[in-house]
Amino acid sequence: MTLAREAAGSSALPGSPGDARKDTSEPIVALHDVHQAFGDLEVLKGVSFSVRMGGVVCIIGPSGSGKSTLLRCINGLVPIRSGTIRVANFDVHLLKTDEEKIALRKEVSMVFQQYNLFPHKTALENVMMAPIHVLKEDRNEVRERAVALLTKVGLAAKQNAYPGELSGGQQQRVAIARSLAMRPEVMLFDEVTAALDPETVKEVLNTIRELAREGMTCILVTHEMRFAREIADEVHFTDGGTIVESGPPAQLFDHPRKARTRAFLSQIL
Amino acid sequence: MSGKPRASTLPVILPAGERLARAALRERRAGTHSLRLRGSHGWALLGAFVLGCGIAQAQSQPEAPSIFDTLWKWTPLLARGFVFNLAISFIAMAIGTAVGLFLGFAQISLLPPVRKGAWFATHFFRNAPWLVLLFYCMFLLPFQVTVFGVRIPIPDWTKATLGLALPVMANVSEIARGAIQSIPTTQWEAAGSLAFNRRQTLWMIIFPQCIKRMLPPWMNLYAILTMATVLASIVGVNEMMTLTQRALSAENRPGLLLAFYSYVLLWFFVYCYPIARWTVRLEARYAVNQ
Repeated sequence: MTLAREAAGSSALPGSPGDARKDTSEPIVALHDVHQAFGDLEVLKGVSFSVRMGGVVCIIGPSGSGKSTLLRCINGLVPIRSGTIRVANFDVHLLKTDEEKIALRKEVSMVFQQYNLFPHKTALENVMMAPIHVLKEDRNEVRERAVALLTKVGLAAKQNAYPGELSGGQQQRVAIARSLAMRPEVMLFDEVTAALDPETVKEVLNTIRELAREGMTCILVTHEMRFAREIADEVHFTDGGTIVESGPPAQLFDHPRKARTRAFLSQIL
Repeated sequence: MSGKPRASTLPVILPAGERLARAALRERRAGTHSLRLRGSHGWALLGAFVLGCGIAQAQSQPEAPSIFDTLWKWTPLLARGFVFNLAISFIAMAIGTAVGLFLGFAQISLLPPVRKGAWFATHFFRNAPWLVLLFYCMFLLPFQVTVFGVRIPIPDWTKATLGLALPVMANVSEIARGAIQSIPTTQWEAAGSLAFNRRQTLWMIIFPQCIKRMLPPWMNLYAILTMATVLASIVGVNEMMTLTQRALSAENRPGLLLAFYSYVLLWFFVYCYPIARWTVRLEARYAVNQ
């Protein structure tokens, strides 16, 4: 597994459609020269990278470098100006209607910094809602799966608690279970531990680590450098809307080539 | 002020600032300037009533029945009128809420014509004087309609109810819009990333969270509507105010005026004050929970 991960280089770029899921060396997510702007403010200035099936990619960089926007572009929450984004069998940059975007989002799930659980629903209901109403699956089957997922994230005892009754770390784990209940191909994590206190960060990271080991394709925006080094196959350092430097974590963290990367890492490591 | 001193360069401004911020928030959510009954209003009314009775008693002929006997004699009739006021308020509130919610949703529609149309209707009826709307409904609606050859009469009280439902509708529309827009956009984002469509997001995720926020301003609106139902007397509906005028002309004792009208006010106060208190309680409870 790890060999296969290392074999897949970072330079693989689109041009190769077909069913990405069958061949683990094909990228399941591929961005090419993505530009995005809010009004006159350019947020992304030509970002290209790809992720293999089962790959774990971490995006690091200073605040305001466009990391979160990048994730929102991948699941179509934010439209892009130019470039191409391909996720599984979807050309994300070409999706126009809500139906098309919804089809994409069934494959790509996102976990947010502020958890964003639905406060009027219990933990279990939060997990069950989307599979029942979006995927139209059988309620009993979904319940079984939801309980299993909550057990997996260590919250079986809290299934009937409302989000307001849970700690930040617990809420975030429910949010991860909620995303997993959709059985996505790709998981996006947007600074999921940034709002947590240091002790609860660990429980959330353990959950993500387990997911990555099971072969879930993950793209993480994170400030947890030690964690990134441990689980990532590849790390991208972004600044000012571009990817400054990419590489396997050992190389990027220990022998950064660019001065900007060195400056950033020296501030936080 | 007691307790710990606050860490601020302008400690004097803080208490007022907090109070003003709370009032502003309440008004933003309510979409209307809040008219809130207080206990002191009740005491003032009671005072006016007692004073009115005293004046009436002093002015009356020695052989005339006492003022309380007179009031008691007319009370069953006035109570019937009051029930009619309540009926009008219930029906106007039900119609106004149903249509107003629809209009509120239309105000956040993604289709510009729907959104702008709903915005215009809301602001037109919200800013028009209630009495003008009442007159419009009285004189523009026909007194009967013919559906498939069956004549259905439209009595005056129905028209008055519709006339009062219009401003209620507009206010509910604003309450709904305000509540929906007060839900953090991250909830929309989370729902979107779980592949909910817009309709599902609105009905299953956003609106259920709005109900709590809408309840206090909605109850406040109901209290205002109840007090406004007496406007129907101007267009000749047999509600409490009209019947009071009849009673006064039947008695033909000018001194009774203050006593009778403050008596009517007391009835409305006794009905509306608990609603106002309950609204305040709900507001406080939800403010803590959110």
